Amino acid sequence: MGMLTMSKEKILEVKNLKQHFDTGGKTTIKAVDGISFDIYKGETFGLVGESGCGKSTTGRTIIRLYDATDGEVIFKGENVHGKKSKKELKSFNQNMQMIFQDPYASLNPRMTVREIVAEGIHIHGLIKDEAAITKRVHELLETVGLNKEHASRFPHEFSGGQRQRIGIARALAVDPEFIIADEPISALDVSIQAQVVNLLKDLQKQHDLTYLFIAHDLSMVKYISDRIAVMYAGRIVELADSDELYKNPMHPYTKSLLSAIPLPDPDYERNRRRITYDPSQYESSEHASFREIKEGHWVLCTDKQFAKLQASI
Amino acid sequence: MSPVLEVKNLHVHFETYGGTVQAVRGVNFELNEGETLAIVGESGSGKSVTSKSLMGLIPRPNGKIVEGEILFENQDLAKLKEKELQKMRGKDISMIFQDPMTSLNPTMKVGKQIMEVLMLHQKLSKKEAKKRAIELLDLVGIPFPDKRVDQYPHQFSGGMRQRVVIAIALACNPKVLIADEPTTALDVTIQAQILELMKDIQKKMNTSIIFITHDLGVVANVADRVAVMYAGKIVEIGTVDDIFYNPKHPYTWGLIGSMPTVDSQEEKLYAIPGTPPDLLYPPKGDAFALRSNYALAIDFEEAPPMFKISDTHSAATWLLHEDAPNIEPPKAVKLRMEGMAKGAGGDMNGDVNNE
Repeated sequence: MGMLTMSKEKILEVKNLKQHFDTGGKTTIKAVDGISFDIYKGETFGLVGESGCGKSTTGRTIIRLYDATDGEVIFKGENVHGKKSKKELKSFNQNMQMIFQDPYASLNPRMTVREIVAEGIHIHGLIKDEAAITKRVHELLETVGLNKEHASRFPHEFSGGQRQRIGIARALAVDPEFIIADEPISALDVSIQAQVVNLLKDLQKQHDLTYLFIAHDLSMVKYISDRIAVMYAGRIVELADSDELYKNPMHPYTKSLLSAIPLPDPDYERNRRRITYDPSQYESSEHASFREIKEGHWVLCTDKQFAKLQASI
Repeated sequence: MSPVLEVKNLHVHFETYGGTVQAVRGVNFELNEGETLAIVGESGSGKSVTSKSLMGLIPRPNGKIVEGEILFENQDLAKLKEKELQKMRGKDISMIFQDPMTSLNPTMKVGKQIMEVLMLHQKLSKKEAKKRAIELLDLVGIPFPDKRVDQYPHQFSGGMRQRVVIAIALACNPKVLIADEPTTALDVTIQAQILELMKDIQKKMNTSIIFITHDLGVVANVADRVAVMYAGKIVEIGTVDDIFYNPKHPYTWGLIGSMPTVDSQEEKLYAIPGTPPDLLYPPKGDAFALRSNYALAIDFEEAPPMFKISDTHSAATWLLHEDAPNIEPPKAVKLRMEGMAKGAGGDMNGDVNNE
């Protein structure tokens, strides 16, 4: 839906990003192992995969919570990693914000809502006058569907959905252009999930935001994203427009993932045929690279597989 | 079909510092032989408390079944003493919990954890119990069961651990199996495997299953019948087709509407406004009225009774009263129902088949 109106300006470029963790001894965990993608301004880019596939590590590396092992992240034309002056770092931190999965763990229990939301405003010196800050906090709370009476309360007084709204208000406080939402709704009840997703969509329109939406719930990701990348074992195996990915999945892992989602439709469930992904059948010693099969639809494949996929369209 | 288990007017209360929490407020249902009854609802709706009372697992003295009967094989489980309950737990009724990481003992070999149940309830010798444990591990699809039986839980992945938990639950061939969000902690592909396993085993052993979940996709997959719970009551109960294709309660509409399907194109999800009520002070009348766009004046005064829609389907909403205005479900939900009826997602299957 966003694709038509979206300008094709790249806001983020990820090039051959690697994030390896030493686990002591000789073993390294290759959590992210050479992934590349671009995110365009104003779109929602969904990153899906199962636990341990590296999707959260990708998000955290992009926002500099980890130093990348190798590769580049270019945000608005500038390299995110590497040495930066305090000023550069500040401006980066202001432009890119994050919303976390667990609304219980991500808010400081000893701070009031006003302090939590205003912290970024203070750090970046966006508003100096305390009264004006209070006014801005009240505005933000209203934007996310809370009200100004909530400002003096502490996180424990709120439900999970309300806490997630506080987390969103905090992210918005510094006027970012790009928000990484790492499983922002997985900890919430179904009816509350819909509220938060609707809110994120509204905010995107009002504030011209770009989202990197990380999740494992594929139906929600499909609903919110313009394009989706599927991750498996540290690599992106497929990337396409969200409709295209669901209608025409090409990589066997994507197919197995799609066939495993239970849908709220008894008839469909009775006739479900699940396919399983067997890496040993598909992955060979041959080098696999990320290639465009048709416009905008990329698949991780070897030369042979590439030829076969091209023949199939 | 005569019911295996019958719950009548169950009320469970918890004493807290703040007052009495009325977690379950008059729940009625029957469980038939060999069927799967799914109980759906949000956190705090009383679905887990209901299932725990069947097992006598309500923490005492704070929690208490204050009213109601749980009829199982001519006895009322609500009135049994702890000793009698212990004889029944794991033998006649057993339970699978949400988190396979915490429901196994990390310091005990998995084989021994299965053998414990067998030696206690079926008085098997150690040797017999081990043999049976290996058979059970095989039944739940764990490869190399004769080797795995001597391993510890940390040597198993999440999905494999949940298989072990299922093996323990099934060890004595129980008549009723209660599964409390058994796949919520698992990845989708693993979830699909565990659901398939549970269905397979149910066919083989004719177990009746109570399946507690908040995921409507999972419900559509496993359930024969569905009970929708809200604020400590069942607001709608029926066959899985009744609930998904012909829902009558506004809360059920909200649940179905708030989940996007893979085909949904709507700009906005149908979200239920607000949050569930605090059961310290349960609202007068219909507990959902405050969040419902379809509330009638009477909803704020008097709780609706269960209205019968068909032999299999009933719902507690005044909208079904003969004097109530004729109200259609919200557009998003209607579209969803129509879209589903014509077999949504079919194209995905088609694609997959020629792989």
